[in-house]
Amino acid sequence: MTRNTDNGDDSGDAVPDGGVTDDSVARGREGSGFSPVAALNERFGSDFVESSQFWLPPFLLVALFVYGAIIWNLLISLTDFRGFGTPNYSDLDFEMYTKALADSGFVDAAINTFILLLGFTLVTLALGLGLAILIDRNIRFENTFRTIYLLPMSLSFVVTAQFWAWMFNFNNGVINIVITSLGFGRVAWIGNPQIVLWAVMFALMWQFAGYAMVVFLAGLRAIPDEHYEAAKVDGASTVKMYWRVIIPQLKGSTISASVVLMVFALKAFDFLYSLVGGYRPPNGADILATKMVREAYANLNWAYASAIAITLFVMTLGIVGPYLYYQYNRGNL
Amino acid sequence: MSDNARTDGGTASTKGPDASAGALSEVDRYRALLYLGLLGVLTFFLIPIESGLVTSFKTSGGVSGSLPFAPPTASTFTLEKWRTAFDALGRGLINSALYAIPATIISALLGSFAAYGLTQSDWKPRYKAPVLALFVAGIFIPYQAVLVPLSQFWSMVPLQESLGFLWALGINSDYVGIVELIVTHVAYGLPICTVLFRSYYKNMNEEMIEAARLDGASIRRIYRRIVLPLSGPMFAVVLIYQFTQIWNDLLFTLVLVQTESSAAAPIVLILAGLGTSLEGQDFALRMAGAFIAALPTLAVYIAFGEEFAEGVAT
Repeated sequence: MTRNTDNGDDSGDAVPDGGVTDDSVARGREGSGFSPVAALNERFGSDFVESSQFWLPPFLLVALFVYGAIIWNLLISLTDFRGFGTPNYSDLDFEMYTKALADSGFVDAAINTFILLLGFTLVTLALGLGLAILIDRNIRFENTFRTIYLLPMSLSFVVTAQFWAWMFNFNNGVINIVITSLGFGRVAWIGNPQIVLWAVMFALMWQFAGYAMVVFLAGLRAIPDEHYEAAKVDGASTVKMYWRVIIPQLKGSTISASVVLMVFALKAFDFLYSLVGGYRPPNGADILATKMVREAYANLNWAYASAIAITLFVMTLGIVGPYLYYQYNRGNL
Repeated sequence: MSDNARTDGGTASTKGPDASAGALSEVDRYRALLYLGLLGVLTFFLIPIESGLVTSFKTSGGVSGSLPFAPPTASTFTLEKWRTAFDALGRGLINSALYAIPATIISALLGSFAAYGLTQSDWKPRYKAPVLALFVAGIFIPYQAVLVPLSQFWSMVPLQESLGFLWALGINSDYVGIVELIVTHVAYGLPICTVLFRSYYKNMNEEMIEAARLDGASIRRIYRRIVLPLSGPMFAVVLIYQFTQIWNDLLFTLVLVQTESSAAAPIVLILAGLGTSLEGQDFALRMAGAFIAALPTLAVYIAFGEEFAEGVAT
């Protein structure tokens, strides 16, 4: 117990009303017996036990509801559960995963998920960056522009899906009215399986470009004015200045915006469900998120739905894992 | 306008085109192009909303017989769709508020606790990083990944029985879904709340807390007396962000309440099925419904745009 003596000087004597904690730390200091609190504090850090009354309950809630649920989901995906009673956990195999690989609907949904993820993220980043650069050039009414660009972000996917169902309407939607007046033919934006995914991407871009703009704007404002001046002194044109000097410094903004946008793309379920008012999205727009919910709640293929969910989770990890590593290296964790 | 150092009226900007090199007219032309671009994008952002708004005030004949972005004329104007939409969505407004408000407040408070606990403790980085990583990763995990176990979990918890006293008071037993939604949204909202509060607490006045600590204040007292009173601005950000997210979410309500015919159906769930049918779609009704469902978050956004942007950008 003598090892505990160096522990008290960090926190022990500074906390008179800490109850049990102080007493045990004090006891540990006197060497009058084993103190689990002092031992824990020594192992993990000076006020580990004291601070845990604040962080531990929320952490347990997250650990159980989020991470516990994912492990449970993995287990269910190894059964053949169909939604009645309880899953049979004694007979586990990878049948649902082999079933998924043989299911063309799953493969299509996986491909669509990738297209939506990459396409939506790249296009939205580009538009957001463009808007941020325009807005950052000392314009008047900056707040008004910013407020309106960001406005769709405050709306629910369910709400924006209503607007876009109308924009994309074949006979009387804004887009078809505009293109027919320009002399082009009508396009079945939602009805054509070849086009619908791009239409969805466009609508999602409308909703999230303002978000990307806000993130990039914060990044631009963090760049010191001297960098702009230095580029100007070197005789760089405006385009060159942004391309060579400013945009490379927006790496942090780009990374965090990309991660969030990809997660929103995976959440596009809400949008697709509301676009048609049901579990089956328009032909050609099925993504893993919609297929998973349909298999579970419309077809009662619960184990299969769990396997799709795990696939989706692994894809998310592929995005978030490197992001966490990046944050850790920057000392943010 | 921002009070940014670069705000200088434009022409002599450090970032504008080299003012000394070109004639003033060239600078003006450049600025005109800039505003033209901004206004073009502005139109793109407003058209879907404008088109929805004018359509919601049209009769069925008016919807099919006029341009989608043209306002209704005297003969095609009607408030009927708004009335129908309000009848369908009114109870949804109340139901959504019943879980969105408590879940928002509880998740913000718990997030503040967690963030405070994590910033206070100077425990060793190699133990702290994994805990933080679990919180951060929790922000990004798609709800689909937990949906099936969540359904299983709530079917095993005897909420229906243990809340019997509520049904005895005349409350519809469908409302058990509201209770489930509160707990679920708190658990899934906690990661983002914790991360937002943590970025705030990390930059808080170290010295004041250190002084209190030396004076012998406990960790609890420091939170109550110093940290919590200083958290006001961040609470505004977190509450606004969380309220918008929870109010707008469809997936959990779809799974935990299940049908829009339930007495406890939240507004997004009713809206998702509003005006869509096999026989045809009532777009005027869908648009009116969309505006009613968007009203609370729009009001919050217009009143607290700065806080909303801050929550979003962090």
